[in-house]
This record gives sequence, C-alpha cells and structure tokens, in this order.
Amino acid sequence: MFTQSQLDAVDSAIIAHLIESGVDHVIFMDMAGNTIAKHHNGKSRLDATAFAALAAGNFAAVDAMAKLVGESEFSLLFHKGEKSSIHFSKVNEDTLLITMFNKDISLGLVRLKVAETVNDINHILDAK
Amino acid sequence: MALINVKTREVQIKIVYYGPGRGGKTTNLEYINTKYRDQIKTEMVSLKTQDDRTLFFDFLPFDVGQIKGFDVTIQLYTVPGQVKYNATRRLVLRGVDGIVFVADVQKEQRRKNIESLNQLYENLETYSLDLFKLPLVMQYNKIDLKNSGIEILPTQILQKDLNSVLKAPAFEASAVSGGNVIPTLKKIITLTLSSIQDQLF
Ligand SMILES: Nc1nc2c(ncn2[C@@H]2O[C@H](COP(=O)(O)OP(=O)(O)OP(=O)(O)O)[C@@H](O)[C@H]2O)c(=O)[nH]1
Ligand SMILES: [Mg+2]
Repeated sequence: MFTQSQLDAVDSAIIAHLIESGVDHVIFMDMAGNTIAKHHNGKSRLDATAFAALAAGNFAAVDAMAKLVGESEFSLLFHKGEKSSIHFSKVNEDTLLITMFNKDISLGLVRLKVAETVNDINHILDAK
Repeated sequence: MALINVKTREVQIKIVYYGPGRGGKTTNLEYINTKYRDQIKTEMVSLKTQDDRTLFFDFLPFDVGQIKGFDVTIQLYTVPGQVKYNATRRLVLRGVDGIVFVADVQKEQRRKNIESLNQLYENLETYSLDLFKLPLVMQYNKIDLKNSGIEILPTQILQKDLNSVLKAPAFEASAVSGGNVIPTLKKIITLTLSSIQDQLF
C-alpha cells in the first residue's frame, strides 16, 4: 500500500513533468487495472475507470506476446491517432503510467517527460 | 490485491466471474448492469467476438458506498470461458480479490465444469494465489432448463464435483431471468470486503 506522502509526491511529479508540459491525461495505475492517481489538463473528458481496465488488459496482452517471441518486454508501447495518442510505460513490476497527448506535443518530448516521471516515481516508491 | 488509496480514501476491489464457456458469466454482469443502472457511472465494457462470446473480458465497475470512511468501488470482470483462451483468462485474474465460479448445470457440461475449476486453481497458482484462501462463491447456473426438459445435474452432484473440499457458499441460479444473480453478487462482496477489512484503518 502507498502512504499519503508517497501519493502526494507521485501527484507532484506527474503534474510537474507531464501536465505542465501540455499532455491531456495521465493515469498511474496497477497491473490489475486499478487507478492509483489520475490527472488531466481540464480540457477533455475521459472515463478513466474503463480506460484503466482496458489499458491493463492491453498492456498485459502485449507483454504476454513479448514473452512468446522471447523478448522480456516491448519497452515502447504507443498508439497514434489523428488527434490524440496514447503512451504506455511500465514503472515497476506492478504499476503502469499512461499518458494521453494531442498533436501539439511531440512523441520525443513525451518520452523524455515520461522517463523523468517514471524515474521520480520509482525513487518515491523505493523510499518507504 | 485490493487497491487501498489512503490519500483519496478509495478502495478498489476486483471480483472475477470464472467458469466454462457459455456458462452465463456475461449474462450475470448484463443483469447487474441493468438492475443497478443508477449506481453505475460508466458503460459496461465488453470485449467480445462477433457471435457474442467473450474475447478478453467484460468490465463493470460500481460504487457500494462507504466503509470505515473509504469509498468502495467494486470492479466486476468476466473471463473468456472458451478452452482456447486460457492465456487471456490468466491475465484477467491478475490482482483478483474474489471469485464467482459460474458452473453450467447441464448434464453434458459436467466435465467442463470440473476442468474449468481445476484450471482456475492452476491459473491462480501462477500468481501465488491459493483458491482455498480466496473469497469464493459457487453459482450453479441455468437451473431454469429443467423446465424445458433438458437433463440437468442435481445440486448434490455439483456440490460433490466442485465444492466438496472448497465448501464455498453456493447458489442455484438462472442468470437470464436474474434468479439469484444479486444474492450471488452480495455474497461475494460481503466475503471479499471482510477479507480486506483489517487492511483498512
Ligand atoms: N436457459 C438459460 N440460459 C442462460 C442462462 N444464463 C445464460 N444463458 C445463455 O447461455 C448463453 C451463454 O451465456 P454467456 O453469458 O454469454 O456465457 P459466458 O459464460 O459469458 O460465455 P463465454 O463468454 O464464452 O465464456 C447465452 O445464450 C445466454 O443467454 C440461464 O440462466 N438459463
Ligand atoms: Mg462471456
């Protein structure tokens, strides 16, 4: 279980790195599909509960496919749409960070900011 | 494992309906979805094939109010029952807190029920979970078929086949008409909540 101060720190990291860089939605969740933290820029709506369940299923399916072809994991998981795109990143064995962003922001920047956030979250979760 | 968020004071619990193909798992969720429409904020998500068989899972979240100051959300999932989908079935079990085993009472389904339960045990082992220690409810579904002259298994036999060692609470049900769908649901929620009670403070 996460402590209050860990959750506060996770929230701050997501806002500072991702929301302030202009992404639309961020969901930090466990592999079972439970949402741990969610943030958005206030401009678009999303059913985050259903989204998290589908994202967990999607990630789990791709992960299982990786194992079948002898990869330990596919490190980049990314879906690109006309207007918005979704980026998946594994944080640790149990959690995922999902970022949704629109075409005003580049995949390169998102990857950089996600990496910083993942790094921060791992530090936060390791410091019990 | 239930997700307990001390900051937002939310608890999320995952309950999985498991059982052989065409046993009525999706039908259980569809009935719950209609019955509790007012308490359910989102649409039911169903990943299915063209002929309405579950391909990955059905998903239905709903709120059950507050316990010890925590907002509790129950997330119901079904697995795909067809034999060939065991890999996806196992994925859906990740993080499960409680299980409803939906058996099909038709006589010709006897072996499939047993095989499905055995495979559930094995699938849980891959997550180091023990079926004997998880909250579990048995549902013997399609009991209405006896009125249409179809041969069904007496509950005594089902209990012996599936529940003689597990000794879980069991319900005869008819999910199409909603018979005992809600008692099954209430039972698994009660069992699951009491299993996580001591983690709440
Ligand atoms: N007579 C009768 N039919 C039922 C009952 N419950 C479900 N059915 C029917 O059985 C069929 C299969 O039901 P589903 O709910 O799709 O079964 P499932 O367990 O989700 O099947 P998979 O997704 O393949 O694992 C459907 O045609 C249902 O209408 C019941 O209580 N009585
Ligand atoms: Mg189904």
